[in-house]
Amino acid sequence: MSAGFYFGVEVFLNGLMAGVMYSLVALGFVLIFKASGIFNYAQGVMALFAALTLVGFQSGQIPFAHLINAVFGTELHHFGWKMPTILALIFTLMVMILFAFLVEKFILKHLVNQEPIILFMATIGLAYFMEGFGDLMWGSEIKKLDIGIPQGGNFWLEEKTATLGGDGFYGFYLDNLDIWATVCAIILVASLVVFSQYTKTGRALRAVADDHQAALSVGISLRAIWVIVWSIAGFVALIAGIMWGSKSGVQFSLSLIALKALPVLMLGGFTSIPGAIIGGLIIGVGEKMFEFLIGAPFLGGATENWFAYMLALLFLVFRPQGLFGEKIIERV
Amino acid sequence: MRITKLAAAAVAVTMAAAPVMADLVFPSLSYRTGPYAANGIPFADGYEDYFTLVNARDGGIGGVPARVVKCETGYNTEKGVECYESTKGEGALVYQPLSTGITYQLIPKATADGIPVHSMGYGRTSAANGKVFSNIFNYPANYWNGASLAVNHILDENGGDIKGKKIALLYHNSAYGKEPIRTLEELAKKHGYDLSLLAVDHPGQEQKSQWLQIRREKPDYVLMWGWGVMNQVAIQEAANIRFPMDNFIGVWWSGSEVDVVPAGEGANGYKALAMHAVGDDFPVFDDLRKYVVDAGTAAGAGDQLGTVLYNRGMYAAMLAVEAAKTAQALHGVAEINPAQMRDGMEALEMTEAKMAALGMPGFGPEFTVTCENHGGPGLGAVQQWNATDKTWSLISDYGPSDMEVIGKLIMEDSSAFAAENNISESCN
Repeated sequence: MSAGFYFGVEVFLNGLMAGVMYSLVALGFVLIFKASGIFNYAQGVMALFAALTLVGFQSGQIPFAHLINAVFGTELHHFGWKMPTILALIFTLMVMILFAFLVEKFILKHLVNQEPIILFMATIGLAYFMEGFGDLMWGSEIKKLDIGIPQGGNFWLEEKTATLGGDGFYGFYLDNLDIWATVCAIILVASLVVFSQYTKTGRALRAVADDHQAALSVGISLRAIWVIVWSIAGFVALIAGIMWGSKSGVQFSLSLIALKALPVLMLGGFTSIPGAIIGGLIIGVGEKMFEFLIGAPFLGGATENWFAYMLALLFLVFRPQGLFGEKIIERV
Repeated sequence: MRITKLAAAAVAVTMAAAPVMADLVFPSLSYRTGPYAANGIPFADGYEDYFTLVNARDGGIGGVPARVVKCETGYNTEKGVECYESTKGEGALVYQPLSTGITYQLIPKATADGIPVHSMGYGRTSAANGKVFSNIFNYPANYWNGASLAVNHILDENGGDIKGKKIALLYHNSAYGKEPIRTLEELAKKHGYDLSLLAVDHPGQEQKSQWLQIRREKPDYVLMWGWGVMNQVAIQEAANIRFPMDNFIGVWWSGSEVDVVPAGEGANGYKALAMHAVGDDFPVFDDLRKYVVDAGTAAGAGDQLGTVLYNRGMYAAMLAVEAAKTAQALHGVAEINPAQMRDGMEALEMTEAKMAALGMPGFGPEFTVTCENHGGPGLGAVQQWNATDKTWSLISDYGPSDMEVIGKLIMEDSSAFAAENNISESCN
């Protein structure tokens, strides 16, 4: 086989890895949409906020230090200690659970039975609020995120495969971080499936997803379920924030990763966890292969976003509910 | 009697308003929010702090206090134009838009309003031709100078011969990112290197395809025209594929601390172009600490002094102040208007003696602005990142760019603009 073939395989593998990264973001959307019918515009910002909080705890940063300094003329910034990563992760998770509780108490509770567009607009407001709140709480400078996940190319794999394609091939390149993200995604999806299939709360969650009224009639608390779902989405946002934040540092742009999840959702469906994974893989591989074979050589490059949304649009035309989404049939 | 009272009231109002009218107004179109806030904040802090220093230390510019009018653009072109419209009525003397997109929009507006724009190291490159762009200034260097300076550095490293070398340009897929392409293509014809172009879509969070391509094609050098998250991701990806960092050169907008710190040790050796000095080893920073930070009047937290983008904002403000002083001397008035400020900018002369007197010896290149040349001499240096010390250091002097190639391109582009807009080229 020629070096070109193996480079193609390399692009394919990297596309799969990129797809997993997109899926991590898409999962959060699916969880909330499935349980409450809300398209959570704030999911990207939740990833940013979770990552900011994690770095803040890790580095012993004083929350709202800029605000406190501005009001009281102090010069506070850090407590002077570093928190172990595992403890920082636990505290961040607790913050995300508190966030879920507050969202339910101050937003969702007041919007029960409202049109989906109203709920969607509420999440837009929430996103903007969270952006500003995150900046105010932790500052807007770019922060380095390091929780010990190895970064950089996997050079063991590179060396082992270097002889495959002759002199012009240098071995397969895979990013260690992407490999870890894949492992995390597999564990995450398996855990979510086990949780929803084999636990009482999971079954309640599925009942709410199927029919709110019926779930209420058998005594399932809709409000409790919403808190649980937003908490899980917060956890997924934390994982996505860690993976993406490790690449670029934790900064405002993390909130824009939601843009990468939209075509995945359109393709995989808004209500299917496996759909988010499969959709992510298809988008990841599709956009990378298109860029490799057509975009870069013939179209000047930077075709990935365009291709992802074009593919999603095609799916919308022929299968509006996505690959695994539930077909909505409304009878008059 | 009633008329007398009204007249007295009018006089009182006029007297009360007089101090405000006397201020020299310098709008700051800043962005402290949004995806580019990490870059916008230190620049805005440096820009505002220098005016605060001039007021506190020198009693203003020629005895007239400077006033900074802030407006948040979020690096959004529409908001930037709104900011211009909402602040120009305050007597704005010069705009520093800090965005190529906003600059392009302001070129016709500011020209019609008679207000000068200083797009320092960004914006429309051919605005260097002052005979066409009467109110637009982009000294001391522009994007095309930057492209040439990068190639010159590569020439220096290769004994002046780069024929057959492979150079890749990784660029933000926007008007800004595309600016150096024409110059690099012309220089490729002249020096015989192979140029490949790699576009990255906004915001630049995902660049796997581009770096796999770089790994496949193994260019000798990669140049980068990035901004915001694109810079951090590119430097991390370069480190991931073990691209030699000293062969990776960013434009001056891809060379600040926030760009390299997230990649940690992997960023060691990364280079970027520079139009001014780095670090805080200049007397002016002692003054800034004494009169601004310690006095509690700093625009930000006071923790950015000496960072690349803070220094750039401060340098831009210093050039604005010096242009205002030149205008005051030229017209013999302290309270200058925008037209007089424009004249001051066009007659600006930055000498080493002047910079030393300001506590900034060697902070930037020496240059003179003329009607024919609003872009200055196009001098620039190269800075390199030391990840261990977390410091940038200049590794070259301010060297010249290839004005033979760039001058021709500027004339072509500005002449086309003049023809499209019925502007007759002239110097007043």
